[in-house]
Amino acid sequence: MGKEPVAVVGIGQTKHVAARRDVSIAGLVREAAQRALRDAELTWADIDAVVIGKAPDFFEGVMMPELYLADALGAVGKPMLRVHTAGSVGGSTALVAANLVAGRVHGTVLTLAFEKQSESNAMWGLSLPIPFQQPLLAGAGGFFAPHVRAYMRRTGAPETVGSLVAYKDRRNALKNPYAHLHEHDITLEKVQASPMLWDPIRYSETCPSSDGACAMVLTDRAGAARSPRPPAWMHGGAMRSEPTLFAGKDFVSPQAGKDCAADVYRQAGIAEPRREIDAVEMYVPFSWYEPMWLENLGFAAEGEGWKLTESGVTELDGDLPVNMSGGVLSTNPIGASGMIRFAEAALQVRGQAGEHQVEGARRALGHAYGGGAQFFSMWLVGAAPPAT
Amino acid sequence: MAPRKPSVMRPARDVAVVAFGQTDHLRTTDELSEVEMLMPVLHQVLAATGLRTSDIGFTCSGSCDYLAGRAFSFTMALDGVGAWPPISESHVEMDGAWALYEAWVKLQTGEADTALVYSYGKSSPGSVRDVLTRQLDPYYLAPLWPDSVALAALQAQALIDAGETDEPALAGVARRSRADATANSHAQLSGSVAQGEYVVRPLRTGDCPPVGDGAAAVILVAGERARDLCERPAWIRGIDHRVEAHGLGVRDLTDSPSTRLAAERAGVFERPVDTAELHAPFTSQEIVLRKALRIGDDVTVNPSGGALAANPMMAAGLIRIGEAAARIHRGASHRAVAHATSGPCLQQNLVALLEGDAR
Repeated sequence: MGKEPVAVVGIGQTKHVAARRDVSIAGLVREAAQRALRDAELTWADIDAVVIGKAPDFFEGVMMPELYLADALGAVGKPMLRVHTAGSVGGSTALVAANLVAGRVHGTVLTLAFEKQSESNAMWGLSLPIPFQQPLLAGAGGFFAPHVRAYMRRTGAPETVGSLVAYKDRRNALKNPYAHLHEHDITLEKVQASPMLWDPIRYSETCPSSDGACAMVLTDRAGAARSPRPPAWMHGGAMRSEPTLFAGKDFVSPQAGKDCAADVYRQAGIAEPRREIDAVEMYVPFSWYEPMWLENLGFAAEGEGWKLTESGVTELDGDLPVNMSGGVLSTNPIGASGMIRFAEAALQVRGQAGEHQVEGARRALGHAYGGGAQFFSMWLVGAAPPAT
Repeated sequence: MAPRKPSVMRPARDVAVVAFGQTDHLRTTDELSEVEMLMPVLHQVLAATGLRTSDIGFTCSGSCDYLAGRAFSFTMALDGVGAWPPISESHVEMDGAWALYEAWVKLQTGEADTALVYSYGKSSPGSVRDVLTRQLDPYYLAPLWPDSVALAALQAQALIDAGETDEPALAGVARRSRADATANSHAQLSGSVAQGEYVVRPLRTGDCPPVGDGAAAVILVAGERARDLCERPAWIRGIDHRVEAHGLGVRDLTDSPSTRLAAERAGVFERPVDTAELHAPFTSQEIVLRKALRIGDDVTVNPSGGALAANPMMAAGLIRIGEAAARIHRGASHRAVAHATSGPCLQQNLVALLEGDAR
């Protein structure tokens, strides 16, 4: 007996901003959930289970907030699971929800991820006590900058590639009403003139801190048949993890990322991702991760990712658009960022991405990673049901 | 709480607990990191089955950053698991019982045939009563710092006021649990423990769980292979969990409708069980759970001593499933119910129904 096909029939996001002072955490998540339900034309009573994810509890200062959020998410009397896999959590949360449907445990599941970073201070939330970690890592950028340098050295990529990514993503964000950063006066020169934070990563090449939530309604074949709008069908999904620190780790292109992508492509029957996938929402918190992940995900040969970026292939009107929504570089409610990638991929194949829609997108990849490039989660969604 | 679809769920795949391991639960483990505490338990369950990390199809863990006092605390434990080559893995910020549930779901999809589940928690570095206040509604409740014992005392008093128990009966629960725990070498508190002074009326020290550190691990296997790895597998015939409203004012604290609903879905009420491992950290909570699960006096309740003998946060629920399974492995039980809880006053509850092969 095969798995039950999984369909995305509802998607909802909040308008992501630096601080949502007008709502509580409960108000924030409810807003996204209600939009997803409205999109699916379902009510709270149609939901069998809730799967919620976010990054560390220290970001809001609430321990296991799903307990307090049970009421706001209509979960009372239902099963509720709370996933936490660091930065990849938004993707992992969607996959756990999808498994509930695929395993025929539940018919229709609400999945949601959020971060309300303004409730606390993410910099402190990530500044670990010294016995646990080297004291010289100033936030996430301090951890990743050396690996970007390693990539540049390894591939000979010119210094300008990072700014091209940032310029592209910030322009894409202007077409996405939910994106946090709407920099109407953005120019390539402005990106390149922005202050250097963690050499070679400049201020304009880093993600913002956002408040926001993203929700999806996932359902089985019968649920999809009732969907008022075209569903996005899941063709493959996988998670992979590897240790953070060990001598054999390749921080530029982690094996877990390669394995995760390979598993998803195998499930989806994809032999040539570059040719067969129409659009990609990948987790790029620092601009240089676009060329790095293009290689890691098999869209470019090793050392060639930056050439795709430089030649405009990843632009919204390019041959392989990447981060049509503006990506993590434009919107980063950390715990939700992975789910936003998954949801934006689904919006594309449903043909509902509005101004940032890729014409005729039939298959799209959503990608997330977390920890010290340690946790990966991805899914591939299509406009047509999977062949079974 | 409106009951929803109380029909029994029939899992598509037979999945069994084939191995269970736990640490000795201790008041403090200053000399051990979480990873050091966990590693022997992981090795124990792998050795019991002869499996290697590379044989495991899916790994899932449960823990809580707030106990560790640092973000992403679970990432270091993963390094200890030996996730190389990369593994298919996930984590819940919940008790390990829910990690087991996620792993069980994964096995239901057919994407994996074996799963390693583990969880751990060290309460000793901080004041767990204070720490747990941070899991309450952050705007209205948490600023008042109502601690876990005070909230449990509200529940206990509600039960006494409703005539469902009294203080001597609660003392009896404590006595029985800690007497049974003398047969459990991992227990933190056992034998003749004084009922003590009031902590928060009507709860005395004897009505409350010990604060301690510990870890547990379980291996799940789907299908016939379970019989190759374990002489008498503990089959998960049903498993479900439900959450209730967070606000204590909107709940009937003398009842646990979420436990009852989960038990109905898991098929617990179809035939009698012989054993119940209940995650009842406070004596009064056993009264509530016995009612919700319709457990009669003929059922052996918490032969391990339960959470009153050892309550390592984030592992105590998984240990209930493990203890019930181990009893089936030994042939001491044929049909057992295991329960895990989370949140103030039994807000969230998981129920698993375990069975041994008919003999």
